[in-house]
Amino acid sequence: MDEVMNLSAATYKDLLEHYIKTQDEKSLYEVEKVSKNFIKNSKTPEEIVNLHIQALSELYPNLKEDFQHSMNFLLEAMIAYGLAHQEYQQLREKQYELKTEIAVAASMQETLLGTTKPDIEGLDIGVVSVPAHQMNGDYHHFVKGKDNSLGIAIADVIGKGIPAALSMSMIKYSMDSYPEESMSPRAILKNLNRVVERNVDPSMFITMFYAQYIPSESLLHYSSAGHEPGFYYNAEKNTFTEIESKGLVLGVSPDTDYQQYKLKINKDDMVILLTDGVTECRDGERFIESEEVLDVIKQYAHLPAQEMVDQVYKHFERLQDFQLRDDFTLLILRKIV
Amino acid sequence: MKPQSCVNINKEWDIVGARQLGRDIAKKMGFGTVDQARIATAISELARNIYLYAEEGQICFEVIDNLPQRGMRMIAVDTGPGIKDIGQVMQDGFSTSGGLGAGLPGVKRLMDEFDLQSEASKGTRINAVKWLR
Ligand SMILES: Nc1ncnc2c1ncn2[C@@H]1O[C@H](COP(=O)(O)OP(=O)(O)OP(=O)(O)O)[C@@H](O)[C@H]1O
Ligand SMILES: [Mg+2]
Repeated sequence: MDEVMNLSAATYKDLLEHYIKTQDEKSLYEVEKVSKNFIKNSKTPEEIVNLHIQALSELYPNLKEDFQHSMNFLLEAMIAYGLAHQEYQQLREKQYELKTEIAVAASMQETLLGTTKPDIEGLDIGVVSVPAHQMNGDYHHFVKGKDNSLGIAIADVIGKGIPAALSMSMIKYSMDSYPEESMSPRAILKNLNRVVERNVDPSMFITMFYAQYIPSESLLHYSSAGHEPGFYYNAEKNTFTEIESKGLVLGVSPDTDYQQYKLKINKDDMVILLTDGVTECRDGERFIESEEVLDVIKQYAHLPAQEMVDQVYKHFERLQDFQLRDDFTLLILRKIV
Repeated sequence: MKPQSCVNINKEWDIVGARQLGRDIAKKMGFGTVDQARIATAISELARNIYLYAEEGQICFEVIDNLPQRGMRMIAVDTGPGIKDIGQVMQDGFSTSGGLGAGLPGVKRLMDEFDLQSEASKGTRINAVKWLR
C-alpha cells in the first residue's frame, strides 16, 4: 500500500474512533476531506472498504466474526464499482486529450480561414461568426479590390463539426487562387462549384452567397448558390426585403451557371447577410421567424454595424440558453455616405 | 512444466468453481483481501467469456515463484471462434454489456500483466499475472 493510503489509514482510523465515541459533525467534515483526497489519488471503493475493515479490526480486536464476514462481502460488492470508476477516470483523460487536440485544430482553422474586415470608404461593416461547437462550418471572407471594390463571401456547409470545417479550408484556398478583382460573383460561384463537385464528399453540400460592392456606382452585384437569403434595408422607406437570388447549391452538378443580380444601395441602406444558424435559432422547441431576426436587428439599428451584429448575436445566444445549435454568422453592411 | 491446476468451463456453474479455486490459491499465497477479490473478478470475466462465446475451455492457475518476485498466473484457453478485432475489444466501453469497467479491459486493469492471443475459428488464449507485493 502506498503513502497516501498509509497516511489516510491513520487519519481514517482516528476519525472513526472519535466519531464512534462522539458522533460529532467535525469528524464527518474531516472524513469528507479524506474522501476527497482518495478521489484525487484514484483510490477505488474496495480499497476504502478495506481501509475501514482494517481500522475496525484494530479498534475492536474481538469483533464478531459474522460482522467481519459481512465487511468482506461488502468489499467484494465494491470491486465492479472500482473498475467502473477507473474506466471513467481514463475516459475523462481521453476526452481531455481529444478536446485539446480539437482546440489546436480549431485555432489552426481560425488562422487558415482568418479574414480581416477591410476599410472601405463610405461603408460601415460588422460581422460576427461563432461556431456552435469548437470548429466552425460557416465561413466568410472579405477581399478588397484595387479599385476599392469589396468582395464578400459568406458560406455554410450542410453538415456540422470537423468535416464541415475541413471542407471550408478548400473553399478558401480555391478563392485565394482566383484573380478576385477581375472576377464576377457568378464566375466565382461557377468555379467553386466545380471544385466542390470534384473534391467534396457527395453527401456534403456547401451554400454560398457572393457579393461585390462597387463604391463608385453604389451597386452591389451578387449571386447565390442556394444560400440562406439575406435582407436589404431601404432607409428611405424604412423597409426590409428579402434579397432575391436563385442558384443551385455548390457541388450538386458540375456545369451549373449562376445568375447575377444587382442592387442599388443608397445612404443609410443596409445589406444583411447571414447563415441558417441565425434564421434557425430556436426559442425552446420553436423555430423563430425571420421577422424576429429583423425585429432584433431594427432594435439595434442605431448602433455602428459591429456593435449591432454583436448585440444581435448576444440576443440570440441568450434566447437559446447560451448553447448554439448551429454555427452562427451575421454580416451587416451599411452605406454611410 | 510448472504445477498447474485447471478448471474446465462448460456451464455457468463452472465460473464459480474457477473463482473458488483461484481464490484459494491466492489466499494461500498471501494475497490480501482486496487483491483476492480482484483476482476472483478477473477469473469471472475470463470464465464467463469462455462460457458465453467459446462454450468450452479451461482456466488454469500457476504459482510463479522466481524470487524475489512471487505471483499468480491465470491462463484462459478455449477452442472457440476467436476474437477478430482485438484492438477493438480492448477499448473501454466496447463490451456488449455496455462496459462500465468490466470485460476484457477490466481484466487488464485488475491484473498486473495481461496478454491476449486469438485466431479466428481456432480459439483464444489469455494470460494474466498478479504480482504479490
Ligand atoms: N473467449 C472468447 N472467444 C470468442 N470471443 C470472445 C471471447 N472473449 C471475448 N470475446 C469477444 O469479445 C467481446 C468483448 O468481450 P468482453 O468480455 O470485453 O465484453 P462482453 O463479454 O461483451 O461484456 P461483459 O464482459 O462486460 O459482460 C465479446 O463480446 C466477444 O464478442
Ligand atoms: Mg465478457
